[in-house]
Amino acid sequence: MSGAESEGVLETPWSGGASPYSVSSIKLGMWLFIMSDTLTFSALLISYAYVRLSTPDWPRPFEIWPAIAKSSLMTFVLLSSSLTMVLGVAAAHRGDVKKTVRYLIATILCGIAFVAIHATEWVTLIHEGATPWTNPWNPSVPLFGGAFFGLTGLHMLHVTIGVFYLAAICWGFNKGKWTADHVEVSGLYWHFVDLVWMFIFPMLYLLSVNPK
Amino acid sequence: MHANSEPDGNHSEGSTKLFLKVWGWLLLLTALEIFLAYERVEVHLMITILVGLSLIKSALIMAYFMHLKFERLGLILTIIPATVFCICMMLIMFFPDSLRLTHLPQY
Repeated sequence: MSGAESEGVLETPWSGGASPYSVSSIKLGMWLFIMSDTLTFSALLISYAYVRLSTPDWPRPFEIWPAIAKSSLMTFVLLSSSLTMVLGVAAAHRGDVKKTVRYLIATILCGIAFVAIHATEWVTLIHEGATPWTNPWNPSVPLFGGAFFGLTGLHMLHVTIGVFYLAAICWGFNKGKWTADHVEVSGLYWHFVDLVWMFIFPMLYLLSVNPK
Repeated sequence: MHANSEPDGNHSEGSTKLFLKVWGWLLLLTALEIFLAYERVEVHLMITILVGLSLIKSALIMAYFMHLKFERLGLILTIIPATVFCICMMLIMFFPDSLRLTHLPQY
């Protein structure tokens, strides 16, 4: 970042130079990955929105308890983990290793809590008879299970990978193996996972609340 | 916005107070979404409102948490328009047809 000037970056963003974006290569790489992953989730969410809007008798099984309460709590947990993540990145840039590790561990614990609550939510639905191919509320709309388990499953996979990624970064940063830049880039991934949930939660859960 | 012209390496942006504020806004918008879910709103309007609020939330996350507001304009212009363009292309393919289906008389 600050080293970019010494690499001969010119004054304006458009004049090129050794590092026109003035970010490290790992950060640019992560942004490119996020772009491609955005398109993956967009394709899934848009095709879900398509079937949701074109199916007037889409099942609406989610009661306040447990589904909406749990998914709201999960949203809160994930948003809070993003907060601890940015605070961790800020601490890493200040060079405060102890605080960084603490914030990263808090983030990881929130991630684990998210997956755990989500798993109980899945178990509830599976016990009620929902699978990726069928659902007990309106068997003529089998896409409900496909959309729900497909989207939340892919997102949960991202959270799980993120937990391992952050754990590795946390360990490496503590050892002095990796720099604050690595922490910041892992933060980008984590915030992206949070961002995706900001779409999945309203579109999957809130559009299927039981209207009673 | 104007942070792009400032010298890099100046990490004054993004105080704890600012992050807490953004977090508060995100929670508030989420609460609004949950409240709206229990209002009897027609589903097309509802999905528009919910996605609109989610877009605001994701803009907040990208700008402040993902630090994009403080990056160079060149990076922002590389990432955002291309992604938005691709998503719009997907929308153009899908939505006229999904709306047509809901307006079929016998559906």
